[in-house]
Amino acid sequence: MKTIFEMSSPDRIGSSLPLLDVPASSSVPPNLERSGKIGLPEVTEGQVMRHFVNLSTMNYHVDKGMYPLGSCTMKYNPKHFENLARLSGLSGIHPLVPEAMAAGTLEIMYKLEGFLCEITGFEGASLQPAAGAQGEFCGLMLIKSYLESIGEKHRNEVLMPDSAHGTNPATSTLADCVIIGVKSNEFGEVDPDDLREKAGPNTVAFMLTNPNTLGLFESRIEELTSIVHEAGGFNYMDGANMNALLGVARPGDMGFDVCHLNLHKTFATPHGGGGPGAGPVTCTAELAQFLPEPVVIQNEDGSYSLSKKQNSFGRLLAFYGNTGVLYKAFAYIRTLGAAGLREVTENALINANYLKARLEEYFDIPFNNGPCMHEFVLSGDRQAEKGVKTLDMAKRLLDYGFHAPTVYFPLIVHEAMMIEPTETEGLEDLDAFAEAMISISKECDEKPYLVTDAPVNTPVLRLNEVQAVKELCIVEPLDEEG
Amino acid sequence: MSRFIPNRGDHFEKMFRVIGVEGISDLLQSIPIKYQIKEDLDLPDPVSELELQREFEGYADRNTGADKICFLGAGAYDHFIPAAVDHILLRSEFYTAYTPYQAEVSQGTLQAIFEYQSMIARLTGMEVANASMYDGASAAAEACLMAMRVTRRQRILIAGSLNPRWADVVRTYLKRDDFEINEIPFLEDGTLDLEIAAKLIEGGTAAILVQYPNYFGLIEDLQPVAELIHEHKGLLIVAADPVALPLLRSPGDAGADIVIGEGQSMGIPLSYGGPYIGFMSTRKKLARKMPGRIIGRTSDRADQDGYVLTLQTREQHIRREKATSNICSNQALMALANTVYLSLMGEKGFREVSNQCFQKSHYLQQKLLEIPGVSSIFADTPFFREFAVSFPVSSLEIHDRLMEKGFLAGLPIVELGEGVMLITVTEKRTKEEMDLYVKFASEICGRME
Amino acid sequence: MSNIPEDLRYTDSHEWVKDLGNGEYKMGLSFYAQDQMGEIVMVEFPGLEEFSAGDTLGSLEAVKTAEDFYAPFNGKVVRVNAALEDEPALINEDPYEKGWLVVIATDDSSGFSKLKSPTEFSEFIGE
Repeated sequence: MKTIFEMSSPDRIGSSLPLLDVPASSSVPPNLERSGKIGLPEVTEGQVMRHFVNLSTMNYHVDKGMYPLGSCTMKYNPKHFENLARLSGLSGIHPLVPEAMAAGTLEIMYKLEGFLCEITGFEGASLQPAAGAQGEFCGLMLIKSYLESIGEKHRNEVLMPDSAHGTNPATSTLADCVIIGVKSNEFGEVDPDDLREKAGPNTVAFMLTNPNTLGLFESRIEELTSIVHEAGGFNYMDGANMNALLGVARPGDMGFDVCHLNLHKTFATPHGGGGPGAGPVTCTAELAQFLPEPVVIQNEDGSYSLSKKQNSFGRLLAFYGNTGVLYKAFAYIRTLGAAGLREVTENALINANYLKARLEEYFDIPFNNGPCMHEFVLSGDRQAEKGVKTLDMAKRLLDYGFHAPTVYFPLIVHEAMMIEPTETEGLEDLDAFAEAMISISKECDEKPYLVTDAPVNTPVLRLNEVQAVKELCIVEPLDEEG
Repeated sequence: MSRFIPNRGDHFEKMFRVIGVEGISDLLQSIPIKYQIKEDLDLPDPVSELELQREFEGYADRNTGADKICFLGAGAYDHFIPAAVDHILLRSEFYTAYTPYQAEVSQGTLQAIFEYQSMIARLTGMEVANASMYDGASAAAEACLMAMRVTRRQRILIAGSLNPRWADVVRTYLKRDDFEINEIPFLEDGTLDLEIAAKLIEGGTAAILVQYPNYFGLIEDLQPVAELIHEHKGLLIVAADPVALPLLRSPGDAGADIVIGEGQSMGIPLSYGGPYIGFMSTRKKLARKMPGRIIGRTSDRADQDGYVLTLQTREQHIRREKATSNICSNQALMALANTVYLSLMGEKGFREVSNQCFQKSHYLQQKLLEIPGVSSIFADTPFFREFAVSFPVSSLEIHDRLMEKGFLAGLPIVELGEGVMLITVTEKRTKEEMDLYVKFASEICGRME
Repeated sequence: MSNIPEDLRYTDSHEWVKDLGNGEYKMGLSFYAQDQMGEIVMVEFPGLEEFSAGDTLGSLEAVKTAEDFYAPFNGKVVRVNAALEDEPALINEDPYEKGWLVVIATDDSSGFSKLKSPTEFSEFIGE
């Protein structure tokens, strides 16, 4: 499709402003003045709408169909919450107004901190992290600050299983730590013996996603977290898979010291095509003294204020977090209540196990020793023998009108396909997806070219990623303009 | 029974049969019994849509700061947002989509962000841009880390006139024993003390981070700063205000190597501090050192144009501990807001926004300076949209009194003096509002003398 | 089947090393490793500096993977294959000749002799 720049024609305009009502008597000194045009498009409002609406029709999205991306929890995003976050009293409030003038927002934030602590079994919370990865950084900084306060600053090792999300090692590097890999055992869970061997006087933290990225609950969790505690380290839970535990189990009860939550996964706030999300952190009272500034507190008179923890490790964003996202997560918890949250998890588990049962005849499922939690991982090994890669099957699913699962992750499974249906899919949707997968597995046997040529029913065909890197074109060149 | 969950009793019966279990407790068997919660969580009772609407209207009403006449800025700005922006953001196709990992069914998001990258590069006068960071402050921190990677040096000089919250974020991200952050003080006129900078820079500095215009709205001449740091083989990082850029020499033109900034002013509501968006642009030769996602143009099997996530080997999901950053989710929908906003405003409209901010802020400053006892803090240094004045009375007093009249008068900065206020004027403010501001301020100053 | 020339020695990190005879050793990426990576689109070289065995010398980038390459023993990088800057895919096309990466000089030949023989390398990659 044409770019917005190609639609540009001189003197078109898509907006109107009141005329300048003061004398235009000031000017920028010549040496500080911009020379030449910026190169922004000149188009009408109607053209802008048509351009972006046409673009939008080339997107797959949750309101169109099932989006079974593992560990991404692509559940339905309630429409009401979009309206609530847009109430002018909430969306129009400047972050630096005196606290009493933002009492409504502060009340929401304070209550949300409490809800998230209750859900995870912790005592302190920060709503500031803008996404899961920033939550991880926040968590490691809390732990490092604590270690420093007890004279254990030399510790610099973060342990994590080989199935960890890529953000875990990247965050550890950002926090100036080295990564120590811990092996998974034959059940797809962390090998406690290997953890015991690797935990020691340099351990900062053990970062674990639970349920893990195979969709399995770490059944020896008590042993794992104890090993780390005995070594003087802390347990960090990556909460990406918290949709499996709502109202069922709490990280704080299992020996974790801190966790982050992805509000854009578990708490139904939209992904927005890649963000904004929110990655609040909850933690023990011991770690809470180091939370980033500011936190919301309730005063004796019932009013709310922003406050700085005395030993705060610092600040992660200019302000208090992705507040607009926090509103929606708060609305979600208010709408569901305790029983509703548990219902979410129960349905997520039932849906995942049902899909797994429907597919197990047609695909290899490594580590399949019983029920999974909210997601499961297939291997495309059997199909690979026919010359069809998992990537091909993922693309073929697009032709069938579904989004693909997460592919090639976790790294410990060959040709991995990680499937998370979420609780908001009904039996009919799950069956339709299962039929598509089964049909594709048959195509792999009978007409593999249909799969390797896929997708064919999409706005564009398979794209050349090598060319994208080699002929790097990441901005529209200025001279190509009309 | 949730309105978001479709399965009911009959469905469960069939599903349990296919799974081969009796019920939900069989699916929870891998969670040790001692960790299974026996009672409901302690959360308030659920509410219906209508009740929740009422509850939220209550919160909105208690945000009494929301309907005030806003002269407050300092990092978040009350700009006009055309209605069409939100119509696009509310398209399910955009806001309920995930990160565009499956490019063939994500061309809408991908092309829109490609256009966003192009606009950011053009605005800042740079060659390439990424797909967004969390906010301006974290983008500044990421830019410092990037400069350290590029130069393999471990010292950053930050301008003393950088937004203090941003400086805090940079310090938090760079909190390591082997990293060094020094602050370049500013002179009486508010511009950087380059003599001191020249001393601090010695012995291997990765970058200077300077805000443009700075925290006090002052327009720093970037060229001498660029020359200084380039002489020492370091990089110039400019934290630029995008709304100022239609009028001001582009950072790229003045010698910047990395430009970052806060995009909230371009079509994103104040929303108590977020979600906002950080942008980042740089020179083409540094593209591979950038953090964050990048969209590139390529072609499909039928040779038609298409867009994909590119240079992914920089990123955490591939490079893991060696990634250029840990960022995964970014602020994609806010990037879309910026793109739609800039398309609607266009070349002329955005320049007009910039010009009105400039002219109106100068009008208000001049009128305030006519009040006896009111003085400018930074004399004649050129400024944009934001300026600091000193009242002959406490700025907190001015602030509180004006609040009674329905004004957010600005941000008192008592560190610079008891009467100092940082005042912002966007294109939304009218002459009438400014004249009233002056009238009330003048009354308060007069009465206090 | 991989192509494993007999006159080279190999590292655990899949580089090949060739003794040039004058205290200089040429190294590159094995056929097996380039095949696993797919088309290489970018090479990042080290400066002409001293390195210790195991140090990261530079990195190779394909579309979906990136791998570092390492110093096989202590020594100084004396030449880099500048042709790869424009045409990194030479590593795929001709990994043992035109696709070489760097030349390392060292006085100590013991490091070289400890590297894997072609037979050992063949076993190492499971062929």
